[in-house]
Amino acid sequence: MTTSEQVIGRTREQMAERVALDIPDGSYVNLGIGIPELITRYVPEGREFIYHTENGLLGMGPSPAEGEGEPELINAGKRRVSAIDGACYFHHADSFAMIRGGHIDLCVLGALQVAKNGDLANWSTGGKDAIPAVGGAMDLVAGVKTIYVITQHNTKHGDPKLVDACTYPLTGVGVVSRIYTDLAVIEVTERGFQLVELSPGVSFEYVQERTGAELIPIATE
Amino acid sequence: MINKQISSPAEAVADIFDGATVMVGGFGEAGSPIELIHALIDQGATNLTVVNNNTGSGEVGLAALIQAGRVSKMICSYPRTANSTVFPKLYHSGQTELELVPQGTLAERIRAGGAGIPAFYTATSVGTPLAEGKEVRNIDGRDYVLEYGLTADFSIIKGLVADTYGNLIFNKTARNFAPVMAMAGRTTIAQAATVVAPGKLDPETIITPGIFVQRVVHVEHPEYESELVAKGATYPS
Repeated sequence: MTTSEQVIGRTREQMAERVALDIPDGSYVNLGIGIPELITRYVPEGREFIYHTENGLLGMGPSPAEGEGEPELINAGKRRVSAIDGACYFHHADSFAMIRGGHIDLCVLGALQVAKNGDLANWSTGGKDAIPAVGGAMDLVAGVKTIYVITQHNTKHGDPKLVDACTYPLTGVGVVSRIYTDLAVIEVTERGFQLVELSPGVSFEYVQERTGAELIPIATE
Repeated sequence: MINKQISSPAEAVADIFDGATVMVGGFGEAGSPIELIHALIDQGATNLTVVNNNTGSGEVGLAALIQAGRVSKMICSYPRTANSTVFPKLYHSGQTELELVPQGTLAERIRAGGAGIPAFYTATSVGTPLAEGKEVRNIDGRDYVLEYGLTADFSIIKGLVADTYGNLIFNKTARNFAPVMAMAGRTTIAQAATVVAPGKLDPETIITPGIFVQRVVHVEHPEYESELVAKGATYPS
């Protein structure tokens, strides 16, 4: 990646901050591992979110300093976390009943690929030697009311992650509703990828060039 | 008189037989019954089918059981974790088979098995490679995959406090799979840091009712996987 490409669009932190703006007050939220975890830093003033982690905690709080915390108070990424006042613990079947039963309002996940119909691939590149590992991703996309994706617009190699059809094994069919990337906010609609917002300093053509499917421009009055 | 307390981990796992299906509690190191797993390694049972969310880390606990060649099949959702090096070797060499199950489906299969429900339909995995070959049914306009309940010959789990009737409470996110595995194991063996007499636990706070637990072992200071791995420990040492 060249330096000139790095300065275009939003940073990971800015992407997380942008997602947080769209989360309604009072939401029960499950965050995937990686960039989604940054969202906890950017809860807008006057709003409260309760974080669910699928290994059995509702009311997950910040991670303690390195080397502190407890080995049996962890999140789904096996990182040590804390529990807020009002938190509760439960077993795995109850935790996934919250997910499958449609009780969690929003889940924000990373992606390998998102297709224009909302198909998501985020668990496997299908490599022959790779050990397949799925975790809770398929349960989350099937059960949580709204699925947002937060991801770099392109892979490290410059390939588009937003595509006509996923080539990697699917996590779920038609499950993604919005995508937040370093370059844009994009809604998945019946007509395909609808641009909602360009990142500051980014042009439509620039995003379209880096997208593997047609991008519908913002309608002008 | 009912007293489910067994004097040692070794005695508690003595009858786990070759070819048994064993559910092992824990999500990563949280809730991993390391002392019971180590007793199982010492005991020598082999050709086991093991159900756990992961495949252990380092060369202790579950990873050590796998490394010792005792596990012919793993049923899990996420066999990749930091410091998880043992399973990949045995998987690639074909020594250990893998049945990959989405995490929620895994939990529900165990719960269903323990509750006498042979199968259920779920939207999880519909349209993905993990639904291939499975029955799909459309209910009220949505497709669902048929998944079967899971039971085990033995479940080995970790609690925080047990009473001698087998009633259990857990520690924070160490609870994870233990309550459903307790239900699904024909013989469930629970280690606990504290064992008390019946009546000492508040009935309103008991998480796993004693009817699901057949054996209780007192392990006062359980080890943690991350601390053992950090020390470079292996089992057997």
